[in-house]
Amino acid sequence: MSVGIISKVHPVRSHSNAAQGGINAALNPGDSWESHAFDTIKGSDYLGDQDAVEVMTREAPEEILHLEHLGVTFHRNEEGKLGTRAFGGASAARTYYVADITGQAIMHVLYEQLMKYSEQIARYEEWFCSSLALDENGECCGVVTRNVADGSMELFQAKAVILCTGGNGMVWQPTTNALICTGDGIAMAYRAGAKLMDMEMIQYHPTTLAGKGFLITEGARGEGAHLLNAKGERFMEKYAPNKMELASRDVVSRAEQTEINEGRGFPDGTVALDITVVPKKRVHEALREIVLVGRDFAGVDITREPIHIKPGNHYTMGGVKTDIDGRTDIPGLYSAGETACVSVHGGNRLGANSLLDTLIFGKRSGRDAASRAKRMELSRPSKQALEDEENLVADLISREKGSGRRISEIKRELGQTMDAKVAVFRDEAGITEALEIVRRLKEEAKTAYIDDHGSVFNQDLIGAIELGYMLDNAECTCVAALERKESRGAQYRTDFPERNDEEWLKHIDLERTEDGPAMTYSEVTITQWEPQERTY
Amino acid sequence: MAEYTIKVRRFQPESGEGPYWEEFNVDLDPSLSVLDGLLQAKDRDDGSLSVRCSCRAAICGSCGMKINGQSGLGCKTQIGEAQEQADKTASAVGNDSSSIPIVIEPMGNMPVIKDLITDMESTHWTKIRRVTPWLLPHGEPPEREYIVESESMIDITQSMACIQCGACVSSCLSMEADPDFIGPAALAKAYRFVGDPRDAESKERLHDLAHDPHGIYDCTHCFSCIDACPKGVAPMDQIMRLRRKAGEEGIEDPNSGHDHEIAFVKIIEKKGTLDESLLLQESFAPGIKGKLKPNKRAIREMLGSIPTAIRGIKTGKMRSLPKLIPGIHHKLPGDAQDDVKAIYKHAEEHSEEFNLYIKGEEGELVDEDVEKGIERSTDPDTAEAK
Repeated sequence: MSVGIISKVHPVRSHSNAAQGGINAALNPGDSWESHAFDTIKGSDYLGDQDAVEVMTREAPEEILHLEHLGVTFHRNEEGKLGTRAFGGASAARTYYVADITGQAIMHVLYEQLMKYSEQIARYEEWFCSSLALDENGECCGVVTRNVADGSMELFQAKAVILCTGGNGMVWQPTTNALICTGDGIAMAYRAGAKLMDMEMIQYHPTTLAGKGFLITEGARGEGAHLLNAKGERFMEKYAPNKMELASRDVVSRAEQTEINEGRGFPDGTVALDITVVPKKRVHEALREIVLVGRDFAGVDITREPIHIKPGNHYTMGGVKTDIDGRTDIPGLYSAGETACVSVHGGNRLGANSLLDTLIFGKRSGRDAASRAKRMELSRPSKQALEDEENLVADLISREKGSGRRISEIKRELGQTMDAKVAVFRDEAGITEALEIVRRLKEEAKTAYIDDHGSVFNQDLIGAIELGYMLDNAECTCVAALERKESRGAQYRTDFPERNDEEWLKHIDLERTEDGPAMTYSEVTITQWEPQERTY
Repeated sequence: MAEYTIKVRRFQPESGEGPYWEEFNVDLDPSLSVLDGLLQAKDRDDGSLSVRCSCRAAICGSCGMKINGQSGLGCKTQIGEAQEQADKTASAVGNDSSSIPIVIEPMGNMPVIKDLITDMESTHWTKIRRVTPWLLPHGEPPEREYIVESESMIDITQSMACIQCGACVSSCLSMEADPDFIGPAALAKAYRFVGDPRDAESKERLHDLAHDPHGIYDCTHCFSCIDACPKGVAPMDQIMRLRRKAGEEGIEDPNSGHDHEIAFVKIIEKKGTLDESLLLQESFAPGIKGKLKPNKRAIREMLGSIPTAIRGIKTGKMRSLPKLIPGIHHKLPGDAQDDVKAIYKHAEEHSEEFNLYIKGEEGELVDEDVEKGIERSTDPDTAEAK
C-alpha cells in the first residue's frame, strides 16, 4: 500500500488550526452516545442523517483516546483525567480541549505522526490540485497537480482519491475562514460529476469580530460569557430562555442579527460579548488565544471589557455527498471533513463537532479506500486531464494586462454579494440577485488577467484557479438556497419563515450540467429520533 | 484610512536579477495588518508580489517576515504601529521621519525562494525533525487516557502553542554564528516532549540535546526569540528548562552553566553582593569537597581562568585574589543583608514557572501582586535581577 498526502500549503498551515474550542465525545460516565447523537440531530434541525450521526457519536470516545495516546495535550481535571467544558447545543459538558488551540494541537500532533511514519507516507507539501482524472469506466484514478515551488504539473495515478480540502468560506467576505478555504475539493468533485448536497446550509458563527471576521471561540460562552445588546440587556433570554448563550449557533446568530436589525446593536453593527464575568485565571488558562485576538486585532482587553462581535461566515455544512464510509457517487473518489456532506450536520453544525466529523469520517474513508486499493489493479488514466489543465494554465498566462477585470476585484464583488444576500436572513429576491451576479462574474472570470507569468510560486495563477472553484461553490449555494422554500437550520427565508417537514424534510442534491446545477432530492435517514419542534 | 509606503525586499528567481527594493503605496485603516497592506499591493498593483499567508489571524504561521528589521508575523503586526516604529527609528538617527517607509524583508537564517517566501524545509523543518518530534511512550497505551497532572499539561501547552512560523529561527543570533544550531523552535518542540509525563525517553532526549555541540548549550541567552515569537512560546525559556532538567539529571554542562547558576545564587544569598573570586571556584569545584579533591576539569578550568582573573583584578572588577579559603569579601551591613534574604524568601514562595497559560500577561502579574499588597523594590538593580 502506498499513500501520499498532497496539500496546497504546508500541512500545519491548514485551517483545522482554527478550530479553537474543542472536540465532542460522550466519554464521561453518565453521558451517552445517544445523548450526543440527539443533540447533534436537534442541532441539525433534523436534516442530519441519523445513521451517520450514530456512527460519529459512537466512535467519538475511541477517537479522543487515540488522539490522547498519540500525544495531544488535552486539558486534565484535578484527578489527572481528561477534563471537559460546556459547548453550545449540548445537553452535557462533553467537549475535550487544549486551552483554545484544540485544532492546532491535534493537527500538529498528527503532523508529528506523519514525520514519524515518513517512510510509509509520502508528503507532497505545497502541491496544488486542479482536477480529478477519471478512467474510461468513470472511476476516479488520479489527480492533476501543480508543484507550487517550480510550477511543474503532474498527473498522480491512484486507486483511490480522498478529498479533504476544507470548506468554501472565502466565497463570503468577511469570513472566519483562511484565504485557502476556496472550496477546491467541492468544485473538483462537482466538475468530475459527483453529487453535492445541502449546499444552501452555510453557518454564520455568532461571535466574530466585525470587519475582519476573526473568530471568538464558542468556548468563551461555554466558560460563561454573556451576550449583551447596546442597552446592556442579556437578550438571549428572549430567544432561548433555557440554553441562553449556549443555544445552537443558527439560533444565536439570528438572535444577534435581529437585535442589530431592530436597532438595539451598537453603531458599528455589532452586539457585545462580555467575558469579564469569567474568572481571570480561567480566562488565561482556557481562553488565552482570545486574549491575544482581542488585544492584537481589536485593541480590547477581554478580561476587563466586553468585545464587539457579530455573526460571520464560518462553516460549510453541505459539500460532496458521501455515504458513511466517505464514498461519493464516483467509484474511487472519497471525501471527508468540511468538504464532504455525509450528512452529520444537516442544517446547522454544533460547535466542537467539526473536528470530530473530520477525524471519524477521514479514518473511515481511509479504511475503505485502502480495502478498495487492495482488491484492484492500478488503472491507467488518460493524459487528457493533465493536458486540459496545462491548456487552462497556458490560457490564463496568455491573457494580456487590462484584457478584463482583476481577479481580486471579482473576488471582492463575489464576497460582498454573498454576505449581503445569502447570509443569516435570506429571501427570494436577494438570492436571485446574488445568483445573477455570480453568473455574470463567471463570465468575467473567463477574461480576467493575472500579472505573474512565472513558474516559481505563482500565487497569482493559483488564485485565478481558486476563483473558478469559488464561483462554482457560490452558484450551487444560491441555487439550493432559492430552491429550499422553508426555514431550517442556517437557511432562514424571511419569505418562508417556518420549517416545513411535509415538503422539505429532504436533502437537495446538485449535479453539474452545461446549464448549471441540476437538482434532485434525497431522503433524510431517520433511525430513532422523529422530528420535533426545536427550542433551546 | 491612512496612506502608507511599504518598501519590500523583492527577489524574482526567474528574472536572472538579484534582490531589489520596491516601494508600494497602500491605503488602509491603521488597525489593519502589514499583511493586509501587502495583499492590497498584490491585489491592486502587482500580482507577482509573493508572500505565504492563509489565516490572517496568527494561527497558521505562514507569514513570518521581518518588519523594520524585527522578525514576526505580517498578520499580527498592525500597519499603524509598524509606521510608528519606522518613524521612531528614523528620528532616533536624526532623519526626517515624514516620509519613512515600512521596511519588509524575508525571514533571516533561511534561503529566500521568491520575494518574502523562504525555504523553511531545508532549515526550520530539518531542525524540527532533528529532535525526534513525536511522543515516545513505552509499552501499550492504557485502556483509557494516561493519568497525568493537570499542571504538566498546561506547562507544555505553552510550547504546544508554537505555530512553526519560524520567526524565532529568523531572529536567532546563535544560528547566525552557527547555522547548525538546533535552534529555538526545535528546542521548544523538544521541551514539549521532555516535559510530557507520557514520554518515556525524556532522559535520552536530554542526553542527546546536551551532548550535541549545536544543542541546548549553543544558545547565548540573547532573548531575540522571545521578542520575535508571536505566540508567547518564549523559546529561550524552554531551552532554559531543558538545561535545568539536564542539570538535575546530572548531565555535565560544557559551560558549567548549571553549577554556575547554583554558585551565583548561593553566594548572593550569603553575602548580598557577588564575590567574583568565589564564583569561579564554586562553579567548578563546589563546596569543601570540591576544593579538597578538585577533579581534572576543575583544575583545567581554574588554571585556564587565571588570565581572566588577572584582568579582573587589574580593572577592579575582582576585588580579592582567588583563594582556597573564602571569606575576605565583605558582607553587606546587617539590615541590607536581611533585605536580600527577604527577596530570596519571596522568590522561593513564588517559584512557579512563568507560563502565560497559567499567569496571564507579565504586566498583569505585577498588577495582581500589587493588589495583594506585596511591596516591590523600586531599586533598578534588584528590579532587573528579577
